[in-house]
Amino acid sequence: MREITYLEAVREAMSQEMRKNENVFILGEDIGVYGGAFGVTRGMIEEFGAERVRNTPISESAIAGAAVGSALTGMRPILELQFSDFITIAMDQLVNQAAKLRYMYGGKGTVPMVLRTPAGSGTGAAAQHSQSLEAWMTHIPGLKVLQPSTAYDAKGLLKAAIDDDNPVIFYEHKLLYKTKGDVPEEEYSIPIGKADIKRQGNDVTIIATSLMVKKALEAAAELEKEGIDVEVVDPRTLVPLDEETIIESVKKTGRVVIVHEAVKRGGFGGEIASVISESEAFDYLDSPIKRLGGLPIPIPYNPNLEKATVPQVDNIIDSIKEAVRFK
Amino acid sequence: MYKTLNLPAHIDTGKLIELYKQMWLIRYFDEKVDQFFAKGMIHGTTHLCVGQEASAAGSIAALQKEDKITSTHRGHGHCIAKGAETNRMMAELFGRETGYCKGKGGSMHIADLEKGNLGANGIVGGGIPLAVGAGLTSKMKQEGYVVLSFFGDGASNEGSFHESVNLASIWKLPVVFICENNQYGMSGPVKEMVNVDNIAERAPAYGIPGEVVDGNDVIEIINTVYDAVENARAGNGPSLIEVKTYRWKGHSKSDAKKYRTREEEMTWREKDAIKQFKDLLIKEQIFTEDTAEKLRTEAKQEIEDAVAFAENSPEPAIGTLLEDVYA
Ligand SMILES: Cc1ncc(C[n+]2csc(CCOP(=O)(O)OP(=O)(O)O)c2C)c(N)n1
Repeated sequence: MREITYLEAVREAMSQEMRKNENVFILGEDIGVYGGAFGVTRGMIEEFGAERVRNTPISESAIAGAAVGSALTGMRPILELQFSDFITIAMDQLVNQAAKLRYMYGGKGTVPMVLRTPAGSGTGAAAQHSQSLEAWMTHIPGLKVLQPSTAYDAKGLLKAAIDDDNPVIFYEHKLLYKTKGDVPEEEYSIPIGKADIKRQGNDVTIIATSLMVKKALEAAAELEKEGIDVEVVDPRTLVPLDEETIIESVKKTGRVVIVHEAVKRGGFGGEIASVISESEAFDYLDSPIKRLGGLPIPIPYNPNLEKATVPQVDNIIDSIKEAVRFK
Repeated sequence: MYKTLNLPAHIDTGKLIELYKQMWLIRYFDEKVDQFFAKGMIHGTTHLCVGQEASAAGSIAALQKEDKITSTHRGHGHCIAKGAETNRMMAELFGRETGYCKGKGGSMHIADLEKGNLGANGIVGGGIPLAVGAGLTSKMKQEGYVVLSFFGDGASNEGSFHESVNLASIWKLPVVFICENNQYGMSGPVKEMVNVDNIAERAPAYGIPGEVVDGNDVIEIINTVYDAVENARAGNGPSLIEVKTYRWKGHSKSDAKKYRTREEEMTWREKDAIKQFKDLLIKEQIFTEDTAEKLRTEAKQEIEDAVAFAENSPEPAIGTLLEDVYA
């Protein structure tokens, strides 16, 4: 199969949907000739024109609101926010408007919009451009929250998100943009709410999101040399969450490590841990559920400090060994 | 002689000479950063203000020592003009312990509270409300200082700008809003993002004065800002000054500048504010060509020294990671 990058996969999903459905359009800051802050929309204005690849002023609240309003009235907007940190500025439109309109209107109307945005640290952009705020979004009923970790998943999940009649927050990770993977040229869709087992194993389950999936797989490859057989589960979508796949995996291995880049305190790992302990998988546990997440500090600028703030492969290896050693 | 320039009383010959050197410091600082970035010796992201030196130097020259500023992501010039030490700034960009933020902030977050610099800001429009708050303190505690708030043409489309100007206006706060209109957001031309010829025209809508100044004319900037500052100090409330300027470099390191032409860049470069200022000072017999050259080389040397200081400074210890989250 053809290999393309995560970034190209995202672009391809948008382009294919736009060719097919004239109601799909994209809007955001610098998405035109500049091609977006990370180059995801590069070349799209040439194909689709400035009406459907709409460069906006720097006005996150207004553009999020414009997405909500146009979605409510028949369009299917895809909004690019340059950095997921700027969701904070669009918060009213997402939390109080997008997420609630349909319910408040008694089931009348739909808000089929996608908000795509790069999250995460690792580029030295420091505290205001490196956060992982997805747990916030998962707390809001009415929003769906996606975190693809591979090029294949990015394409299939973005198509599903565009087809979905609800507001979807689609988190991309800056350090994943250049990663490559097998991606079919034709259209395909990955159901929202279906986890993926990225690696089968019997000794311990590691549940990882976004960039941490890649790191977990690296850790698993290392541990294989020591005879530890790790299963890596990638929920892919946090809301809705595929509880069944998680529970089944934990029942199989009896041990679980949850890892995400976001600050551990109040992070989504707590939710996953609760899902496990509230289920029948609890009886199968041979060691305490272990969570690994970012330190409770803003992301620092210095590269060494930045790395030390969020889980790295070595930390994941240590946690897995700890879980496996527990008698 | 220079009295023909009608400058405020505190701008004497010595101050003009200092300003000339300061503009070179700003230019050399950012030129150096540009080089180190290209070589990968500075990580993260940075935004250079080469070409905009007159705006930072002129506006801040109009202030008294006790006055304060808020800055932007393109803030090295403001920082230097408000009296920051270039060695500690450079050390911050190198992520070193001796930097203004102990290596944790980087280019976009340098602050120097003792000198009245309330900080650069990675969030476009993020500093404007802070300036209003500082102006409120000045008024409530009758401290007599004025706050200059720098922001770009792009930022003037954020809600934070409109809300802040309105609030400062109704409360008659001692704040001067300085819009550095360098013609572009990241790639968005101001002509397409703002539907008035001058951003200063928005001032009457909030019941405050608005002025446009030539961003390559230091003298005009000093005089206009001085009048606005003194007016604010006298209790007459805020004003908005639009400085028409241009950034010579791209938005940040990965900018192909496809949104503008080489010709346009050259027209602005020909209007170089430093060169114009030098010609004026020679014409007014404030210094000679020789002195001008000496000041330029001194500035250049200071930046070389700053680099040496930064390179010889230690990295922050991992043990400092958790420090400073709470007071
Ligand atoms: C709230 C927010 N939105 C978007 C960005 C990304 N961004 C950083 S600088 C910039 C352009 C700002 O333009 P302007 O205010 O005109 O300042 P300039 O860069 O021209 O000095 C953008 C879009 C950001 N940092 N913060």
